[in-house]
Amino acid sequence: MSDAILKQIEKVVQDNDIVLFMKGTPEFPQCGFSQRVSAILAEHGVPFASVNVLLDDAVRQGIKDFSDWPTIPQLYVKGEFIGGCDIVSEMQASGELTELLAPLKK
Amino acid sequence: MTPSPEDVSQLIRQGIPDAKVNVRLYAGDDHFEVEVVSASFAGKSRVAQHQMVYAALGEHMRQAIHALALKTGIPKE
Repeated sequence: MSDAILKQIEKVVQDNDIVLFMKGTPEFPQCGFSQRVSAILAEHGVPFASVNVLLDDAVRQGIKDFSDWPTIPQLYVKGEFIGGCDIVSEMQASGELTELLAPLKK
Repeated sequence: MTPSPEDVSQLIRQGIPDAKVNVRLYAGDDHFEVEVVSASFAGKSRVAQHQMVYAALGEHMRQAIHALALKTGIPKE
């Protein structure tokens, strides 16, 4: 794994308050799990950046090493890895996600 | 090769010996739904708990397992 990719990922995660690494785009998600997380974020009405990992295999592999997390989607808020689809869905159900995202509403 | 639900359960219990593991297939033979309850999760974030399970599954997680819906918890008294 090249350090350049990890640095590039780090920069995207630091530069965006909310960023979702996903398969496809919010408009055209290409995986049900990515679609679910993207839809949950949209529901909260917060602006978020997204990275389509299907466009670059180095990013698709790199993001797994970056977070030591083997699956996609991956949600980052304020530079912190929040989780994948299961965790985001749990946080949505418990109201934790509303709390987390409320300060980021524009 | 795709591990069976029994394999998945066994791998997790090897990594987390006290774990109570419940594995179900929800589509095909490589989409798993897994519930893991262990006292060793106490005080850890959800991300850390899931990472422990992924670590126990090791390479399988990156290769043969297509999808794994995971729920972790701490045993209730």
